[in-house]
Amino acid sequence: MNNRVGVFICHCGKNIARTVDVEALRKEAAGLPGVEWAEDDMYLCSDPGQQLIRERIAEQNLDAVVVAACSPTLHTTTFRRAVESAGVNPFRLEIANIREQCSWVHPGTAETTHKAAALVRSGVEKARRTQPLEPIHVGLQRAVVVIGGGVAGIQAALDIAEAGYPVHLVEQGPNLGGRMAQLSETFPTLDCSSCILTPKMVEVSHHPLVTIHTLAEVTDVEGSIGNFQVRIRQQPRYVIAEGCTGCGDCVPACPQVVPGEFDRGLGARKAIYIPFPQAVPFTYTLDREHCLNQGPLIICDRCAQACEPRAIDFDQQPSEELVEAGAIVLATGCDTLPLSHFREYGHDRHPDVIDGLMFERLLSASGPTHGEIRRPSDHRVPKSIAFVQCAGSRDPERGKAYCSQICCMYTAKHALLYHHAVPDGKVYIFYIDIRAGGKGYEEFVERVRAEDGINYIRGKVAKLIPKDGKLEVWGVDTLLGEQVKVEVDLVVLATALVPSQGIQELARVARVAIDGDGFLSEAHPKLRPVESQTRGIYLAGTAQGPRDISATVAHAAGAASKVLGLFSHDELVEEPTIARVNEALCRGCSFCVSVCPYDAISLHEGTAHVNETLCRGCGACTPACFAAALGPRGFEDDQILAQIRALAC
Amino acid sequence: MLIGDRKQQSYEPRIVAFLCNWCAYAGADLAGTQRLSYPPNVRVIRLMCSGRVDPGFIIEAFLEGADGVIVAGCHPGECHYEHGNRLAERRMTTLQHLLGFIGIEQARVRLAWVSAAEGRKFAQLIETTVEEVRALGPFQQFPRRAP
Ligand code: FES
Repeated sequence: MNNRVGVFICHCGKNIARTVDVEALRKEAAGLPGVEWAEDDMYLCSDPGQQLIRERIAEQNLDAVVVAACSPTLHTTTFRRAVESAGVNPFRLEIANIREQCSWVHPGTAETTHKAAALVRSGVEKARRTQPLEPIHVGLQRAVVVIGGGVAGIQAALDIAEAGYPVHLVEQGPNLGGRMAQLSETFPTLDCSSCILTPKMVEVSHHPLVTIHTLAEVTDVEGSIGNFQVRIRQQPRYVIAEGCTGCGDCVPACPQVVPGEFDRGLGARKAIYIPFPQAVPFTYTLDREHCLNQGPLIICDRCAQACEPRAIDFDQQPSEELVEAGAIVLATGCDTLPLSHFREYGHDRHPDVIDGLMFERLLSASGPTHGEIRRPSDHRVPKSIAFVQCAGSRDPERGKAYCSQICCMYTAKHALLYHHAVPDGKVYIFYIDIRAGGKGYEEFVERVRAEDGINYIRGKVAKLIPKDGKLEVWGVDTLLGEQVKVEVDLVVLATALVPSQGIQELARVARVAIDGDGFLSEAHPKLRPVESQTRGIYLAGTAQGPRDISATVAHAAGAASKVLGLFSHDELVEEPTIARVNEALCRGCSFCVSVCPYDAISLHEGTAHVNETLCRGCGACTPACFAAALGPRGFEDDQILAQIRALAC
Repeated sequence: MLIGDRKQQSYEPRIVAFLCNWCAYAGADLAGTQRLSYPPNVRVIRLMCSGRVDPGFIIEAFLEGADGVIVAGCHPGECHYEHGNRLAERRMTTLQHLLGFIGIEQARVRLAWVSAAEGRKFAQLIETTVEEVRALGPFQQFPRRAP
């Protein structure tokens, strides 16, 4: 036990001295067991005040210090530095909060001084039981795994690689690009989406520090901030990437035609394919699910015959790789609510009910109709279209309670692009409200609304009835208070954005939290929007919640800068106030393991072991331990019990 | 009279409060910053999280002479350590069931959620707890340990 404790009492001008009898307090403190020196000062936090503490430490050979002053949230760092510079371990400093929790809230009576004395006594009792603690230094692996190869993942990967750190970019699909690659033009500027995305895809694929893993998934994450071990499982492409020249000779040879996922089923592809002409990497993929060769028997090798460079390998096997990384960025993007969700709109019964992303494919110059808007049922150019906004969004009963953020804008864009293509076409847009909060967004919507032939109807659509090759849209106009019924050739639903498939599994593997809607949870909604609740794992883009491209890019850049901030240190310096196990006492019951919020405790050969970078020192494990075998440094049982004794009497 | 002696003549309840660093302790600080006033009967022990509170601490406080105990943490769902306050709640509920057996009135032990913005709530918590414990009279069921 430390028996040369110094107590320093601050007057804080009159803030403390007005209601607390500092002199009586000092006398009382000087008489406490273990106290070697007690002194008061007008302003301890001032330079002369700190100097006083330093001098007394040296003169009196103090081994622990109690400062009775303002709240520890204000000046702990100040006083820790002061005592450290005089040779006392900073974790042997205790602060007795006699201002916020005493002199400011109680009147100038004996009871107040009495309470201040109890707080000082409690501080002294704790200080006597403090141990010198050293910050924990942990090595730092300066490499990153970015999961998701859409614009968010690409942006984060590029920012990090540009700063000089290696990046593993892991994409589940055969190519990079994500949702943005599927879009035609972007609001509100009507830039062609591929034209701004392709250069980025090319840049990231050529970057010497970026390793791209396509057709790959993260199946396991071990370790913690600074030192993750990430297991990447690589599915076979059945085409040797180094061999494939992208000539496409295999495609006409393949007899198998299947609906193309990239075109949302509106177009067809072969079993060997490249989803879109700007794909990166520009390597063909053999989809064995739809290939004639099921199982080991090869009954059709027409693609292999057609392939001059001999790049087709039917025998490729899945492989696994273990990658070391100091940080992980989750940029897994989003999906949209499937059309099958909307029974009342009858997509299952009518092919001309499509979603916004399908309409993007119809608008895209490289899409199934080469940019001509033709409806799926009979390939005719629709003469009228109804757009239904908030399909599944802002509908807590039947869909999602949240706003999907982008639908008002892309619907306006769709209407405008359609109007450009079919000037005599009629457009009906059913909406609840228009949300156009971004830069230039409101102006864009106003421009669209002003177009002749584009009708905004405020109200919901109740049902769609197919009638003579057309669709009858039944709804209400809530502004006029009237029922509306319009006949259109095509209906486009602005379906709600939802988390991408597989996010739950990834969240489980990476031990990050997800919110009630299934999106990844940020550490704080306002102040830490790019950090997950797991240290060292960052969030980028719509994996965290619906947002548009510019917000996604900003979010991804934010995640990258957090990673770079982490990597600006040579090593991680962690607070030493974390749980410590007394191995002699531990009985291996594992109750501590089950209560730890951070999975920081594991059993090794029947003894609890604390991962020093995962533990944050909350102490939840300690009451769970029947053997009193573990406790957080700085808040140990003997310290707290001594404080209780000092305060209860 | 030495500071530290309990006044025997008029009964002033002694309350020990365990506050989590991030919410309840910050709420108590805010009460000070706002210059609210509440009775000086409460003595605070700062812990990082309400999940650190061992039910044994509460018994210990009574053994050492406390008349009442408060445990306060962040509101449900707002614990700085994800679910420490839920653990605290579970442990306190179990303890509440046991208190009767060992002769401690349940009203002497109180679990509360106080956010960093709730200075006023903290002051009120102290006020009502002190009043209720005062009404119960001094806690004398346990023999005092020799000092
Ligand atoms: S940090 Fe406040 S209760 Fe856990």
